[in-house]
Amino acid sequence: MKRALLVVIVLFGSLFMSACGDSRMHSQAVYMLVDTSGTYAQEMNKATRIINYLLASLNSGDSLAVAKVETRSFTEKDIIAKATFDKRPSQATTQKRAFKAKIEEFARQPLGSAFTDITGGLIQGAEYLNETQAGIKTIVIFSDMQEELGKGTVRDFPIKLDGIRIVALNVTKLRTDNADPRLYLDRLARWEGRVRKAGAVEWVMVNDLENNMESILNAR
Amino acid sequence: MIDWHSWLLWPDNVALSALALGVLVMLFLYAARLPMHGVIHSVGHLVSQSTRFLSRWLTLSAENLRVRNQAVLLAHGQESAVTLIEREFERVGNIVRDDMQEYPALQRKLMEEVTRIEEDYRRCGEVPPPPPEWVSALESVSQIKSGGDMPRKLLEDINKSIQKIHDKTVAEYRRAYEDRHKILKGIQPAWRSVDKLMGDIDKKMVTLQGNARQIDGHMAKFEALRAKDDKTEHALTMSAFVQFGISALVMLIAMGGAFINYKLIALPMSEMVGASDYITNSLKTSDVAALVIILMEASMGLFLLESLRITQLFPKIASMDDRMRHRLMLASLIFLIILAGIESSLALMRDMLIADKASLMRDLATNAVAVEEGWFTRIPMAGQMIMGFVLPFALAFVAIPLESTVHSLRTVIGVLLVQTLRGAAFLIRFTGVLFKRFAKVLELIYDLTIVIPLLLEKWVLALSSNPSGKEPAKYGSTS
Repeated sequence: MKRALLVVIVLFGSLFMSACGDSRMHSQAVYMLVDTSGTYAQEMNKATRIINYLLASLNSGDSLAVAKVETRSFTEKDIIAKATFDKRPSQATTQKRAFKAKIEEFARQPLGSAFTDITGGLIQGAEYLNETQAGIKTIVIFSDMQEELGKGTVRDFPIKLDGIRIVALNVTKLRTDNADPRLYLDRLARWEGRVRKAGAVEWVMVNDLENNMESILNAR
Repeated sequence: MIDWHSWLLWPDNVALSALALGVLVMLFLYAARLPMHGVIHSVGHLVSQSTRFLSRWLTLSAENLRVRNQAVLLAHGQESAVTLIEREFERVGNIVRDDMQEYPALQRKLMEEVTRIEEDYRRCGEVPPPPPEWVSALESVSQIKSGGDMPRKLLEDINKSIQKIHDKTVAEYRRAYEDRHKILKGIQPAWRSVDKLMGDIDKKMVTLQGNARQIDGHMAKFEALRAKDDKTEHALTMSAFVQFGISALVMLIAMGGAFINYKLIALPMSEMVGASDYITNSLKTSDVAALVIILMEASMGLFLLESLRITQLFPKIASMDDRMRHRLMLASLIFLIILAGIESSLALMRDMLIADKASLMRDLATNAVAVEEGWFTRIPMAGQMIMGFVLPFALAFVAIPLESTVHSLRTVIGVLLVQTLRGAAFLIRFTGVLFKRFAKVLELIYDLTIVIPLLLEKWVLALSSNPSGKEPAKYGSTS
């Protein structure tokens, strides 16, 4: 009886000790950049749907942050909502509800920024993702990928996106792109080259949000 | 790459060069015939002997294993037979003890009934009527010689009194018979009681006879086991295979139950140990925790059945004194009930978590229709809770097929191993024989390549032994 009790204690002990192991390597972290400049301010409904999809897909232990792309986006102030979901599924569900409420509140506010600092947002996102120490790190860019920098904003330097997936969503064609599609294609190629040079592990573009939303997250 | 032209003695004349080379090779092979035959023979012999040795060793190992298996099988069979005989003796002992306990009372009752019957029987014995006294009075009156009317008067008086006595006697006689009938009627229940008691004794004797017959049967089996005859061994082996098949099937069903159980508690366990913790790359801590809970339930069930002496996997538990065994039984039962309670509450939590997640999904989906929750949505929850409480107890009984599997597996593996060893021995022996024959074939093939020198040798030998050339030398005699 004593021996059986000892075995049970050792078994439980080892179980709980192992439960304290590094779990971050199995988690995902997503940083979503939402373009709020010009016509993109009207696309907030689509962005909300994507955020809802992310909330539904991410599990306990995963991290999610949503930030807006402003005139200068390299700041924590642009983060609308962020959360690392609790290990307990019930708490994670509560956190997701709170997250959704924050996003809904943000969507109700009037949007529209003069410039689009995507690079600043990428650097901020990379910082956040590296802090989470997640196994899979993804930056989702909800934008037309047309960067417009204000006066005095310096972004023409190499950035670091080591081990991060970049997903460009709903990259709409501008009026000038319709006239000359090479502009659109060159813009995308330039961004892909830039992020790959910065160390990104993957570049994914998703325009068909109805049928291809599962490409946003990497299958674990 | 080597150019074959370099082998030509006369590069301009390939045919002549090839012929010259062929003759040279033939001569070399002829010269090397004896050593080559020796090498081929030695290699063939070596392989043949080695395989023979190996085959023999495997056969002996198989035989040793068979003997060992037989010993274990018979010992196990004897143990089972002894257990059965002990159980039968216990039953007989119980019957005899109960009967013997009741026997003094039964005997006393029987004796009382018999005494009562005897007394009643004695009482109802027929009392002969008193001898008629008036016969002697009549004789006296008849001897009177004279007296006129006196004798007549006397006779008339006597007649009257006789009539009176007769009536009285008849009435007395009838009343006595009536009393005797009453006594006999009173004996009836006593007879019935005796009959019932004798019937009970008879029934018990029949049961006892049945038990005795069963003991005889088991004893016959036991004697056969002691005699170690092949028939009994074969029967035991077949029985072990059947046992293994049945217990494996039951174990499979139990594993299905355990899987359902696991599915029931894996999700809520993540609420306790965290959903994002991993032990290995693909093994979640919550899954392992759920598995551990199920295994603990099975272990507690095992201890419970062990302490109840239904299974005997742990001799230490079987040899415990009754008080300790009773304590262990209680402890196992309490643990099992606690685990069942935990599982039931986990099943409830699972339902709550799923409902919460479904609600969140509805909130997140912009076009989702709100689901109306009626009383019937509670049925799965209640079902899960009941299953969560019942499955651990059902899982506890897995100890019985487990014991059967463990016991029969020894025999099954033993028999399969013996057959494998025998098969391997046969194959190795067969390979050895093939190699031995192959060496002979190789020697003949070798001789075929030097057939011309051999024919010449034969001719020369024939000439030297018999100049007239009548008796040719035997082909290949040099070897």
